[in-house]
Amino acid sequence: MNRLSALIFSVFLTVGLTSGLSVSLSITSAEAAGDAKHPDAIDWSFNGLFGTYDRDALRRGYKVYTEVCASCHSMDQLRFRNLSQPGGPEFTAPEVKAIAAGFTVEDGPDDYGDMFDRPGLPKDAFVNPFPNVQAARAANGGAYPPDLSLITKARSGGPDYIYALLTGYEDPPAGMTMRDGLYYNPYMAGGKIAMAAPLLEELVEYSDGTAASVEQMSYDVVTFLNWAAEPELEERKRTGFMVLIYLTVFAGLLFFSMRRIWADKH
Amino acid sequence: MSGESTYQPSNGFTQWMDTRLPLLRLAHDSFVDYPTPKNLNYWWTFGGILTFCLVTQIITGIILAMHYTPHVDHAFNSVEHIMRNVNHGWLIRYIHANGASMFFLAVYIHIFRGMYYGSYKAPREVLWILGVIIYLLMMAAAFMGYVLPWGQMSLWGATVITNLFGAIPLVGDSIATWLWGGFSVDNPTLNRFFSLHYLIPFLIFGVVILHIWALHVPGNNNPVGISVKSEQDTVPFHPYYTVKDGFALVVFIILFSYFVFFAPNVLGHADNYIPANPLVTPAHIVPEWYLLPFYAILRAIPDKLGGVIAMVGAIFILFVLPWLDTSKIRSARYRPLFKQFFLIFVVNCLVLGYLGAMPAEGVYITLSRICTFYYFAHFLIILPVLGLVEKPREIPESISASILPETAASPAE
Repeated sequence: MNRLSALIFSVFLTVGLTSGLSVSLSITSAEAAGDAKHPDAIDWSFNGLFGTYDRDALRRGYKVYTEVCASCHSMDQLRFRNLSQPGGPEFTAPEVKAIAAGFTVEDGPDDYGDMFDRPGLPKDAFVNPFPNVQAARAANGGAYPPDLSLITKARSGGPDYIYALLTGYEDPPAGMTMRDGLYYNPYMAGGKIAMAAPLLEELVEYSDGTAASVEQMSYDVVTFLNWAAEPELEERKRTGFMVLIYLTVFAGLLFFSMRRIWADKH
Repeated sequence: MSGESTYQPSNGFTQWMDTRLPLLRLAHDSFVDYPTPKNLNYWWTFGGILTFCLVTQIITGIILAMHYTPHVDHAFNSVEHIMRNVNHGWLIRYIHANGASMFFLAVYIHIFRGMYYGSYKAPREVLWILGVIIYLLMMAAAFMGYVLPWGQMSLWGATVITNLFGAIPLVGDSIATWLWGGFSVDNPTLNRFFSLHYLIPFLIFGVVILHIWALHVPGNNNPVGISVKSEQDTVPFHPYYTVKDGFALVVFIILFSYFVFFAPNVLGHADNYIPANPLVTPAHIVPEWYLLPFYAILRAIPDKLGGVIAMVGAIFILFVLPWLDTSKIRSARYRPLFKQFFLIFVVNCLVLGYLGAMPAEGVYITLSRICTFYYFAHFLIILPVLGLVEKPREIPESISASILPETAASPAE
């Protein structure tokens, strides 16, 4: 039994060390945000051991993204074909073809050396709203709207932070002067953000009849953005669960084999 | 412990081979019939776990290198290509990235175990020194690996660390330029870091072989710290420790899998998902968690060169640990005072890690200085003095006697 308790102790110590590390790291990231308000934890459908994306939220989120975000933000890592992949919004192949065809893509050079425009195909990358960084800055008062492909992974606080940012716009506190083109948001480090509150009640008309409140649109679009950053999430969690079951059974077999092998030495 | 070999070639081919290149004999003597103290606890399973970590990193790394592009314009996107388009690329990359953290977690437990049970003492000094060399190589490999995704923390972490060489008097700037292959961390730096990141694991593999060789000459230390006296004290490595190491390894992989599948980015930094930008400095530049204690020591010293010396010294002092500890008793079990100081030392290291993650301001600096002082004091003052003043507990006659107290009962009672 002494052995068993030593084993349990070492497992606890290992887990303790690692979780301690994670905690201290999350403290770090909170610290790094400085004076920014800490975002509330949202109960996302993709949280937890068995988390999956809410398919309807993904599709609604895609609509919010295309009609609102995409007018300023790029989405470099996504291709139209990703929209029909398992684990995502799962549009049908004809739907994706139609979505892609709604965009104009520059291709070429052709046999005469000329560039030409053609309708988008599922293989094409999401179309960037600006031809380059300079054009994006010029159109946005000098601020560059960051690419959204990885945004939920690239900000500490992840989807909770993006949700808080989208729903957290307020009037600036008394005494804070805002330069023209800057807006107050307590979740942003420093409190000043160059993006005006992007979502207003009923800005988007959902085809499934869901009421488009700011909270609903934020929830949907952040779900979509999280999928864009982690398209593998469902497969990852599903595989992970099976891996854990397999390893636990394997560990049990090894434990009893060990007891048997060591039996004559105790 | 290298007694007579008991290997019997079982067929014509193995007999033929045995008289030409006795590889199977070596394997048999090292991992099958190798006599191992019978009282090893679970802290001794981390050697096997570390071998697993190294092999995992090499295999996943080779696959990642097939899809990765070491160029500043393509590196970030090629990593995303692995995550999104390569079959199970996300799995391979998350195993590799979290594998580095798991490797360090295991190596820290392995090192602290060596310190607690006095595994660095005679006749195992060379074994210990080889271990410190492996640890140094691991740090170099991990640092360069973290640069490869070419995110913000890659670029700025590399800038901070390579700038440290600039602190060297007279030749510092030239060395920094030489390391960079230019005048800042840029494409040539990324290229050579990729090359070296691929090379170092194989160097580690070589030193691991020496480490195991140096282990198998005196044999394993053990929790009571007394040498093996008779065959009574040992069991053959196989099956006794293959099954025990195997069990511990699978438990370790369960923890590893939790991170890979359910929290793959918890141990990383969000900023590294932002492409590297030489024009924007992140608010706080922090290294990966396993290097934080040394980062705290670096920043504790107000002078740049002094900080670099302290940080390097904090690692190199481990090389002379066998000669700083003046006690002849190996295991902390029989050293009541050392046991206490060892615990304080471990806590001190953890606090240093925490401080390394905090901004270098206010109370954090004061605390970093106190902990840095204590870190060195542990090696330079406490260990040498303890060995002279401490009164050790009574040591059992043999390993067997320590396990079976009834046979060890002294007739004098």
